[in-house]
Parts: sequence; structure tokens; C-alpha cells
Amino acid sequence: MTLTDAPPAPPSPPAPVVRRIPSRRRLVPYLLLLPGILWLLVFFALPLLYQASTSVQTGSLEEGYEVTWHFATYWEALAEYWPQFLRSLLYAGTATALCLLLGYPLAYLIAFKAGRWRNLLLVLVIAPFFTSFLIRTLAWKTILADAGPVVDLLNALHVLDVTSWLGLTSGERVLATPLAVVTGLTYNFLPFMILPLYTSLERIDPRLHEAAGDLYASPATVFRKVTFPLSMPGVVSGTLLTFIPASGDYVNAELLGSTDTRMIGNVIQSQFLRVLDYPTAAALSFILMAAVLVSVTVYIRRAGTEDLV
Amino acid sequence: MTDTTAGGDVRLAGISKTYGSFTAVHPLDLTVPQGSFFALLGASGCGKTTTLRMIAGLEDPTTGTVSLGERDVTALPPHKRPVNTVFQSYALFPHLDIHENIAFGLRRRGVASVKKQVAEMLDLVQLGDFAHRKPHQLSGGQQQRVAVARALINHPQVLLLDEPLGALDLKLRRQMQLELKRIQTEVGITFVHVTHDQEEAMTMADTVAVMNGGRVEQLGAPAELYERPRTTFVANFLGSSNLIEAEAVDTGSGEVVVTAGGGKLRLPADRCPEGVRTGSRLLVGVRPEKIALTPAAEADSVAPGRNTVTGRIAASSFIGVSTQYVVESPAGKALEVYVQNVEHRAGLVPGAEVVLHWSPEHTFGLDAAQDIAAGVESVEETP
Repeated sequence: MTLTDAPPAPPSPPAPVVRRIPSRRRLVPYLLLLPGILWLLVFFALPLLYQASTSVQTGSLEEGYEVTWHFATYWEALAEYWPQFLRSLLYAGTATALCLLLGYPLAYLIAFKAGRWRNLLLVLVIAPFFTSFLIRTLAWKTILADAGPVVDLLNALHVLDVTSWLGLTSGERVLATPLAVVTGLTYNFLPFMILPLYTSLERIDPRLHEAAGDLYASPATVFRKVTFPLSMPGVVSGTLLTFIPASGDYVNAELLGSTDTRMIGNVIQSQFLRVLDYPTAAALSFILMAAVLVSVTVYIRRAGTEDLV
Repeated sequence: MTDTTAGGDVRLAGISKTYGSFTAVHPLDLTVPQGSFFALLGASGCGKTTTLRMIAGLEDPTTGTVSLGERDVTALPPHKRPVNTVFQSYALFPHLDIHENIAFGLRRRGVASVKKQVAEMLDLVQLGDFAHRKPHQLSGGQQQRVAVARALINHPQVLLLDEPLGALDLKLRRQMQLELKRIQTEVGITFVHVTHDQEEAMTMADTVAVMNGGRVEQLGAPAELYERPRTTFVANFLGSSNLIEAEAVDTGSGEVVVTAGGGKLRLPADRCPEGVRTGSRLLVGVRPEKIALTPAAEADSVAPGRNTVTGRIAASSFIGVSTQYVVESPAGKALEVYVQNVEHRAGLVPGAEVVLHWSPEHTFGLDAAQDIAAGVESVEETP
């Protein structure tokens, strides 16, 4: 604390000067918080409250809606759309697992083995963001097109026979199947997995690997006992950054899926914009939010991240 | 995994390491006797850490072999060598508590019950109450002791210490030096200790190898290295030395007489490089604390038979236990003299004419074909 104008002040007005400066100082943190808080209030808290009130309204578009505390909307929505809920969590969970499986080796490679290629590889990971999310997803439509090279190859290798049998694809198509939607989700959210993983791997002191090796740990044990536990913060934040937006996503299911692969995001979107049943749409949004919050809380408890730095 | 049962010395045979065109370690033969405290001493970049890492298996030697006892371990990866390392930065596992850090090696070798051994180790390093703390909750000195315990619990054939005290402050370092020496004596395991601190090496080690530019310059007991350095690097790097350029004029009867700066100096022939004959050029050395100062007016009181050089005091600094003088003389521009502050000596002030004298047995001769300033840590400041 340095008071710039305090010391040799003229004798007459010292009292107000001394009092005002500290009080302004105390206000500074709040003033700095103000823009952010206002933003959240206007664009997050108020819409949330508005949605909450919408979810308990009844009425129709013609006669107008009214708050009647009609909580039954929640049960009705859940009863009708539970398959889409389940599917959303399943697809998002699968995509998250795939992102982890694909992203971890890549993040590991970039963090420990890439040497001078490290920065280039990181740029390549982020590069897709230079194109719109929508365009990238549409591109997958071309990639997975019927009788396209990818589908032909998968057919030739009889991979599609296996995936059809598993119910992931149907016939000789990939597009409009669960496989296409999960592929799209995995692709679109992969960078959100890689970047936090890379950050936490890169922070690990390579001498810890040497020390573990020196203490009789084989390379596999070094990974199991040292590298992986120390990368847990990255695993947790990567899976959350992937799972949460993926479970609410509707673009991938819309563009790459069919009516059989509708996720809860698609239901909410059509309730809001096509059916114009606002209470149901709002109730679905809240149920999704609650489901994600609960599963994330359980997950963080299980992963025990509070123990890690 | 073999414990101390296999025993034996650490033998490096023709071991070298090159990185591209840079040679970190020139082909080197070195034997560390079992149970000894061995120090590799040198300035940074001299190859001492590379040598240590080759013993640990963390670097593959370019040529040569590493043997432990009769067993050639050159091709073994680190986790299969009965060797443990205390790293410079300690490298404690931040996600494990102290107990688990120390138990790490035992668990990897499938030891079922580690509790008793870990408790014993914690006692040995006097950290009994810290078993369930995380490394970041410990001070530097405590972390250092955990690193030692984590390595020692495995009863390695050899314990490698890579500048283990480098991160500690001076007082703690002195304390840990004694502590490590105590532990080594207690457990009897071979310690190979890498350091750039010559005092540390001399305090702790039975044998010191002084390394310079990827080569071992000289190897021996600390006192031997100090009293009889064989190269200018060793003479200057271990403590400091006054080196005087001289020419041999008489080499008979076990004694060499040289001329330096117009005067004559004598030294035992066995303290000279081999093959010295009349006319050979030599560097004559003497340690600063071996020299006594007498005011020029009292020159007659100097006992006969001592080597004498006349000069003028250029600077003096009082440092409590001793006073350090810099003396200008025809024999050398800046001769250093350390005089114990036993009694106050009037007349030894800058500008005074003095006689420097010392016993011929404390004089050593070095080959003149070397850099006279090799191993000097910092340039002496002259007023």
C-alpha cells in the first residue's frame, strides 16, 4: 500500500482526503467485478429465471401463456423424451471416451516426444477452429457419404458388417446412423480434450520419469504410477469440456444423423422453434442441466481431483 | 533384483559420451571401490553428471562398459540396475505422500509389507513425523532427506548423488554434508557424489576425482590432491595456489633448485613432474596458507633453508580468522598469502616491503606446458 498524496498535505483539508482514498481502494475490486457480474446477470441469470418460469406455464400460443406452477410438464416431458435423454448421455459419453482414447496418446506425444515439432502440432490441433463448426460438420457429411471412399473402404474390409450387427450402422450406410453422430461429436470436441491433457502432461517434470525408472519402475509402470496420476487434472477437465457440450449438442445429430439418432438437443430445438411448445422445451432444458450437473458432480467426486494440486 | 549380496566395485572401462560433435566425456577408466564415498568434482559442463547418469543407466555410453562387481550392466535399462539416484532437484513424486515416496522402490519390486522398513528409513533421516505429508509441505532440507531415504531403502549396490545439496543454503549444506557422511558410514553403501563444490567434495569423500573438459585430471584422497596437485587445474580449482614460472638450474640429490624472478627456490624432486633436468621450465606452486610474511627490515630473522621471495604488499583484507594479502613480487604479480590472526603484526600494511617464506616441502612443481590460469574460478581483483 503506497499512499501517493498523503504525507505533507496542507494542514486544513487532511481529514476528507485520508478517508476517501482507502474507501475508494476498497471499492476497486467490486468495480472490477461489476462488468462481468452485470453481463452474467443480464445474459445468464435473467434468461435462466425466465426459462424457469416458462417451464411452469400453461396455455397456448394463441391465448398466451401464464404461470400456473404446472410442474407436471417435467414429468410429461421426461416420460415422452427419456429415450432421447438416454441417447444423449450415451452418445456424449461414448464420444468423450473416444476423445480420451484418441487424445491422450496425441497429447502425450506432443508433450514429451515432439521436440521442435511441438508448436506446429499444437497449431494443427487448433487449426479446425479457423473454420466454422457448421462447415466442419457438413464436411463430414461428404466424407461419410454413401458410396464415398470411406464407406467403400469400410465395406471392403467388412467393418460395416460388424457395426451393423452391433446396431451402430444400418446396411451399407454410415450417414444417418449412430456411428456418424458419435464420429462427428468425437471429431468436433477432440481439441477440447487434447488441450487440457497437453497442459497437464507438459507440466510434469521429466525427471520424475527418470526417478521412477531409477526406482525399478518399468516404462509401463512409470506411466501407470506417475504420468497418468499426475495428468488427472487434465483428464478431468478434458472430459468435462467434452462431455458437457456434447450432451447438449444438436448439430451433429441434425446433420449426420436421422430421426432414430435424435438427441435431447434436437428435441429442445424443435420444441422451441418448430412446435413452439415453450414450457416443454424449457422443462427439457432444466432436466438436461440437472442431469449433467449430477453426473459431473459424481464424476468429480470419484476422480478425486480435489486431492491434486 | 540383487541387493548388496553381489557386492563389488563400480568399474567404468573406456566409457565415453558424445553428443553430435561435442564430446561430453572422453574415454574414461575409473574404479570406485565398494563401500567408499567417491566424489566427482568439477565445474559445470565438465562431464561429471554425464558420467553419473551413465552409471545410473539414464544415458547410454557412446563407447565403453559399466560394471558392478563382475556384472556388466551397460545394456541394462535404469529400472533393472541395482543402483539408485538422488536427483539434483530431488524429483519427489508430488502426488504421493512421504511414506509412499519412500516405499516406491520397494513396491515396484513387489515387497509386500513396507511399513517397517519405511519407518526405519524415516528414523534414519529423522523425518518420523512427516510420513503423511506431501513433498510440497516440506522444506528443501527435508525434501533432500526424503530423496536420500527413497533411494537408500532399496539397499542399492551404489547410491548416486547428483549435486544433492546444490539447492540448499550454506548452513544447511554444511549440516547435510555431515549427515550424508554419517549415513554413508552407517549403511556402508558405495556413494558416488557429483559436486562442483570443492569443499563439499573434500569434506565428505574418501576419494575425489577432479574432472575437467570431459577428462579426469587427478584422482586421490582429498589431502593428497590438495598437497600434491599434478596439474594447474587441480592446483587452482581445489583451494587456490600461487604458481610461479621458473627454470630448473640444479636437479641433483633428491632436490630441484629453480630460479624464479631472480631468486632461487628449492623443492623436493619427488614433488616435481618426472623427467625434470637442468634447463627445464617449471611452474612452481605453493598454497597461500603455507607462506609466512616477514617485514623486509627483519629479513635476517627468517630461518635459513626456507624458500624466500621478496615483494611489496599490494592489498590486504581482514576476514576474521585470517588476513589475506596480495603481494607483488618479481616472481609473480599477485601472490596470495593467508596469515592466521594469531598475533597482531605491525608493519604488514599495503605498500610495505616484505619477505615471503615457506618450507621447501610445501612447494610443488608442475609441467610448464599448461595454462597457468586453468581452474581459476574468478579473476583476482587487484586494487
